[in-house]
Amino acid sequence: MAGATVRATEAPVPVAAQANVFRPYRMRIAQATDEAPGVRTFRLEFVDPGEGAAFSFRTGQFGLYSAFGAGESTFCIASPPTRQGYIECTFREMGRVTSALADCEVGDLIGFRGPYGNTFPIDHWKGKSLLFVAGGIALPPLRSVIWNCLDLRDLFRDVTVVYGARTVNDLVYKRELSEWGERKDMKLLVTVDPGGETPDWKGKIGFVPHVVEALAPPSENTVAVVCGPPIMIKLTLPVLSGLGFEKDAIYTTLENRMKCGLGKCGRCNTGRSYVCKDGPVYTLSELEELPAEY
Amino acid sequence: MSADFQLAEGSLDALFAAMTAAGRRIVGPRASDGRVEIGEVRSAGELARDGRHSVASAKVAAFPRVEKILSYRAEGRELAVEDPALPARPTVLFGLTPCEARGFGALSAILNWGTPDRFFNARLEQTTVVAIACTRSDEACFCTAVGGGPDHPGGSDLLLHPLTGGGYEVEVLTEKGRALVALAADRFQPPEGTARTAPAQVEAGFQMAEVTAKLPRRFDEPIWTEQSLRCLGCGACAYVCPTCACFDIQDEADARGGVRLRCWDSCAFRIFTLHASGHNPREKQGERWRQRLYHKFSYMPERLGVLGCVGCGKCSRACPVDMDLKEHLTEIAKGS
Repeated sequence: MAGATVRATEAPVPVAAQANVFRPYRMRIAQATDEAPGVRTFRLEFVDPGEGAAFSFRTGQFGLYSAFGAGESTFCIASPPTRQGYIECTFREMGRVTSALADCEVGDLIGFRGPYGNTFPIDHWKGKSLLFVAGGIALPPLRSVIWNCLDLRDLFRDVTVVYGARTVNDLVYKRELSEWGERKDMKLLVTVDPGGETPDWKGKIGFVPHVVEALAPPSENTVAVVCGPPIMIKLTLPVLSGLGFEKDAIYTTLENRMKCGLGKCGRCNTGRSYVCKDGPVYTLSELEELPAEY
Repeated sequence: MSADFQLAEGSLDALFAAMTAAGRRIVGPRASDGRVEIGEVRSAGELARDGRHSVASAKVAAFPRVEKILSYRAEGRELAVEDPALPARPTVLFGLTPCEARGFGALSAILNWGTPDRFFNARLEQTTVVAIACTRSDEACFCTAVGGGPDHPGGSDLLLHPLTGGGYEVEVLTEKGRALVALAADRFQPPEGTARTAPAQVEAGFQMAEVTAKLPRRFDEPIWTEQSLRCLGCGACAYVCPTCACFDIQDEADARGGVRLRCWDSCAFRIFTLHASGHNPREKQGERWRQRLYHKFSYMPERLGVLGCVGCGKCSRACPVDMDLKEHLTEIAKGS
């Protein structure tokens, strides 16, 4: 289980010197990309170059993005730490904050607090094969770790990505998907749900768990990272188990509702775990120790 | 338990005047439309000292219902972000029950977990807690089951023990307490050994160790649904609780700028955990009631080393459908 038990102690620094943990960095939107209906990606640069230089994160971590006046929303950092000078986020327009963010344009300022949470332990994956399985809008958290691993490609054996969405139109990162599809040092399978294909669709047609089953990737010395809607995860896990993947070799991320990102506001608490501190990355065996409140 | 000073009943007004003259805001229990509420108290006479518990808790002094955590100003396409000023007004919480005083420890454990919470800490630093030992309890009280007691010193800077003939013996527990005594030093006399009014008898009727031992294996039992069948999900329990710290963050703004606010929240609300997709990890009220209990009596002890409850019974008194925490904990302790 991630996260050791911590005893609360008296604050070590005088109150006046304590930082405002809710104060966001000011970020300028350097690039905005429409990925799919209602789904946008922002490339964000620090307004204060000093803050940018001091900032670092690890793959899998997330942050709170704010549209000033509307509030904050939680998304992963969708870019890899191997690409420096900016961070990227991808979000779907769903509520008040994401709608306000979607209305922003290149040059506008938004807020970012983070990085928060744990990380994909890619240092422990050296020498292993990597299988990434993603569905729909859950590719962004995997995009960070996929690019991180591709940027350090020599450290890993085979890299395989299975990605599915309901329709062709709903696939995100279309340009990167074609880039990955052309690479010789990785395998990419893109699928859409039956009925979601277009006449000229050249990828797979079928649900992600079935595509994984048909692909039958070897489990030996392989790490599987699965991220997607609950139903996709639920149906993919038994497939992976059937292929021989151990529970400690399967990773996923939880996306519980959050407000603070710091273990204080209470809402991401699931069993003894706080998704914002102990997660968002969990192995299947860690997940099975938690009540199914995610 | 030992007394450092004795404070005559007739000296309270002078003490209040001295505190006010020193710029201290005095907040405590006071009668309000037949209830006892926590509010500003200008004289000792305004203080409710009949042993009744206040409806809501005094946590507002360090953790207000709504507080500014950020302000921002639009300057064309640019934006200036500012930290709100730290609260500077020293406050004396006077006449709290000892259970309320202990609540600040649990609040601090939650809000300072991992990173210090400067807003809470600044308010708490400015706050001096003067508790009065309880000589009366009611059926909702169970402080003795959660490590407290009617004259427990935890969380207090000064603890006043009522004397049979009026007035108090005073225990000085911290430097802040000492500083308060110094404001009216001539009123704090050497103790004369006068008999104290007997502290309240608080019969909890269950052992907390039984509860904490049984919670991990009772998670999937129907007891949580049964106990919460009548729960309205109104969140009153959380709002009156001295240790509930869950919060929301919301913006209030116009075109020129705005503020980011931290507001009390409650795990009883459906929206508390509702995902943007519509999926809700705790969809049923029974699941949310279970979370309330497990958070306070299982997860907090394990992760933060403190119980999330001081046994004050405010939640039970405030509950519009008479859910009684003591009764429910007793049922949990009795189970297998």
